[in-house]
Amino acid sequence: MTRFADAAEVLKAYESASARPTYDEMVVGGRVRPNYAAVAGAYIEMGPDELRTRGDALASSYLDQGVTFGVAGEERPFPLDIVPRLIDSTTWSRVDLGVQQRVHALERFLDDVYGAGEVFDEGVVPRSVVMTSPHLHRVVAGITSPNGVRIHVAGIDLIRDADGAFRVLEDNVRVPSGVSYVMTNRRAMSAVLPELFADHRIRPVSMYSGKLLAALRASAPAGVADPTVVVLTPGVFNSAYFEHALLARTMGIELVEGRDLVCRGGRVMMRTTAGLEPVHVIYRRLDDEFLDPVQFRSDSVLGVPGLINAARAGNVTIANAVGNGVADDKLLYTYVPDLIRFYLREEPILDNVDTWRLGDADAREEVLDRLDELVVKPVDGSGGKGIVIGPSASRAELDELRTKVLADPRAWIAQPVVSLSTVPTLVESGLAPRHVDLRPFAVNSGDEVWVLPGGLTRVALPEGELIVNSSRGGGSKDTWVVADAGDESEDSGLAPTYADPDGAPRDSGPAMGDGSAQEQQQQQQQEQ
Amino acid sequence: MLSRIAESLFWIGRYVERADDTARILDVQMQLLVEDPGIDEGEACLRLLSVMGVDADGRQPTRALLLDVLGTDPTSETALVASIAAARESARRARETLSTEMWEAINTTWRAIPSGRTSTMRPPQLFAWAKERAAVIAGIADSTMSRDDGWHFLVLGRSIERVDMTARLLSTAALSHGPKVAWPTTLRACGAYEAFVRTYRGMEADREAAEFLLLDRLFPRSVVGALNRAEESLQNLESSGRRSGFSTEAIRLLGRARTELEYRPLGDVMFDLPTEMERLQRTCSVATDAISQRYFATVGSVSWMGGLA
Repeated sequence: MTRFADAAEVLKAYESASARPTYDEMVVGGRVRPNYAAVAGAYIEMGPDELRTRGDALASSYLDQGVTFGVAGEERPFPLDIVPRLIDSTTWSRVDLGVQQRVHALERFLDDVYGAGEVFDEGVVPRSVVMTSPHLHRVVAGITSPNGVRIHVAGIDLIRDADGAFRVLEDNVRVPSGVSYVMTNRRAMSAVLPELFADHRIRPVSMYSGKLLAALRASAPAGVADPTVVVLTPGVFNSAYFEHALLARTMGIELVEGRDLVCRGGRVMMRTTAGLEPVHVIYRRLDDEFLDPVQFRSDSVLGVPGLINAARAGNVTIANAVGNGVADDKLLYTYVPDLIRFYLREEPILDNVDTWRLGDADAREEVLDRLDELVVKPVDGSGGKGIVIGPSASRAELDELRTKVLADPRAWIAQPVVSLSTVPTLVESGLAPRHVDLRPFAVNSGDEVWVLPGGLTRVALPEGELIVNSSRGGGSKDTWVVADAGDESEDSGLAPTYADPDGAPRDSGPAMGDGSAQEQQQQQQQEQ
Repeated sequence: MLSRIAESLFWIGRYVERADDTARILDVQMQLLVEDPGIDEGEACLRLLSVMGVDADGRQPTRALLLDVLGTDPTSETALVASIAAARESARRARETLSTEMWEAINTTWRAIPSGRTSTMRPPQLFAWAKERAAVIAGIADSTMSRDDGWHFLVLGRSIERVDMTARLLSTAALSHGPKVAWPTTLRACGAYEAFVRTYRGMEADREAAEFLLLDRLFPRSVVGALNRAEESLQNLESSGRRSGFSTEAIRLLGRARTELEYRPLGDVMFDLPTEMERLQRTCSVATDAISQRYFATVGSVSWMGGLA
C-alpha cells in the first residue's frame, strides 16, 4: 500500500494545483483548516490506494442500488466523490437563515404577483419583468392552497466566492431536484467510511421525507382529515425518475403517472385495483406546461385533463404551485434583494452575485464592451444550457452571443466570472482541488421554512470546469454540517428506548455431538 | 393499490419465474443431449424450440442455437437473460413499492447481463446462477414484503408462470421418447428428485414421476401445487376489495384446470401428455387476459413524450 509520503508535501502539491485565486475549503497557506483536520488526517493516513479502493466500493454500491440519473434515455450512475465537504455550524446557521429569508420573500412575491400587485405599484419590480415571463400563468390567479404555501420545496443554489462568502447563484422554486442524492450519498458514505463518521457529529439528513410529507399534508384542501398525497412523475424515462421513486418510497405514498389519475366532477382520482380513489395533494415533478392539456399544451400525454379546474375548485393542492416560474428566472433574481427589503423590511443575509440586466441600456453597453471577461446567461436556461463564459469563449462564439443579446436583450443577464470555491476531490492523479457549488433544500409547511442541513454539493470533475451540472460531467459530494455541542438532537422522534437487556435463553437445535460415548462409538463404527 | 403497480408486480413474478424455469428446462435438455448418445440432436432441439413456442426460422437446430435463443441472446424474447431484463424493467417502474433489498436483488441480477458476465458463463454455471438468483429474489420478497395486494399479485404472476413452464417442461420430457434418463433428469432440474424418491420410496417410473410433477399437492413446483397457489392469491385479492358484481373469470379458469387434472384418471392425462400440457398453457394465457381485464385494464396505453426537466 502506498502512503502519501509526507503530509506537508501533499498539501503543497495540492495547493499549487489551484491556479485561480480561489477559496479552498480545506487548505489555506499550506495548512489544513481546523474543521477539516480529522478528514485530512484520515485521508493522508489512508493513502491513495486505499482511497481508490473505497472509491470503487462507493461506485459499485451505487450501481447495485441503481442510484442513477438519465441522460438521453440512458441510466448513468451519479458520481459520488469520496471526500466529503464540511461546513461548520456557524457558517451553516447563516446559510440556513439566509435561505429561509429568501423563501419567505419569494412566497410573498408570488402571492403579490397573482394577487394585488403591490410590488409593481410601489415600483420595486417593473411590471414588464413579470408580464413578459413565459412562466406567468394567469389561469392560476386566485388559486391558493389552504395554508397559503406556493413554494413547498425550494432549492437555492449557492456558491462560495474568493473570500469564502456564500452568495446566491439562482433560486429554484418550480421542481428543484437532487435531494435524493443527498440522502443516498449519506448512506453510501457512512457504509464506506464509518470511522470518519465516528469522529464527527454530522447533522442527519434522513428526516427530509418526513418533513416534506408533513408540509404536503399541511397544505391539503380544507376539511380533509387524512389527505391522500401522491408524487406525480413524468415517468420512468425522466432523468430524475430515481428521485421521484425514492421520495415516494420514503414517504410511503404512491408514485403516479398522469395516466394513473383522472378528474371526475372537479375531483382528482387515481385508478387502483379497487376502483377510483380520491387524491388530495399532488407533489408534482412535472413542468407546468405538461400538467393539464386542457389549460396548457394540448399535446401533453403526461398530465391530467381537468387538473387545474380541480385545483381551482379547492379539491386538490398542487405542490409546488403552478406559475411559480415567475419567481425563479434569472432576471427576477436580480430583484430578490429588493424584494427582501420590500416585503420583510430586512437586509439580505446572503448576497447575490453581481449581475447586469441586459435589458437596461447602460448595463448592456458596458457588458457588450467586456463580453470576453464576463459570464453571460440566458434568463430562462437550466442545466448550464446556453451559458457563455467569456474568458474561455472563441471570437466566433462571442460574436454569435452579441447578435443574440442584441436581438432579445431581456432574455440575458451577465455576471463577473466568480471563482467558485474548491474542495479536494479524488481524481486520476490523487487529490486535486475541484470547483463546487451547493444546493440547500428548504421545505415550507406554512408554519416554518425548514432547511435540510447541508444539501447537495455538486462538483465539477473536469479540471478547471466551472459548471457543475451533472449533464456536463459533474458529480456530487456528501455535505456535512458539523453539529455544535449545543445543537439539539434531530432524530425522527422514532428512536427506540432501550430497556436493560435481559435476554431469554437461546433455543438450540438437536445435539450435534458432544464427544459422548454414543458419538465415539458411531465414529468407531465408521472406521471399520 | 395502483393498477399500473399491480401489473408491474404481477409481471415481476412472471419474469423472474420464467428465467428460473427456462434455466431448468435448458438444463434438462443439455443433460439429455450429453447423457444419451442415441439422441438426434437436431430433432431434440427442434422439439424443445417448438415446445417453447419458438420458430427455428430455418436455422440449424443445434445446442448452440438453443443456448442462444433460450439462454444468452438478449435480443431474443424467449431468452433467459431477456426475462431478467424484463423483470428489472417492471421493477424499475414499481420501484417505490418494492423494498430496497428486493430492488437491489433484481437490479444486481440484471447488471450481470450488460456487463457481459452471463455470456461468459459456461451453460451449467449460467443455469445454476439463474436458479440461484431467482431463489434470492423470491426469498427476499418472502421476507421483506407485506402480505398485501402487491404480494398477492407477485405470487399470482409467479404461480401462473410456473404452471405454464412446468407444463412445457413435462412436454419436453414426454417428447424425448425412450431414454430412461428423461424423468430423473427432469425431476432433478425441478429440485424434486429427493422429494420424489422419498414420496415414492425409490420406485422410479415415468408414470409416477409425471404424476408427482403434475399432481403432488405438497410439492411447490408441481402444476397442481402452483394452481392452488394462484387460486389462493386470487381469492385473497377478491376478498380484500369492495368489488362485487365483477366476474371472477380467472378463478373459474384456474379452478377448472386444476380439477380436471385432479379428478380425471391419470391414464387419461398421460395418454397424450403434450396435448394436455398445451391446453394448460392456453388456460394460463386466457387466465392472464382475465386478470388484466379485471385489475389492470383501466390503464390507458399512452406513451411517454420526451423533453422536460
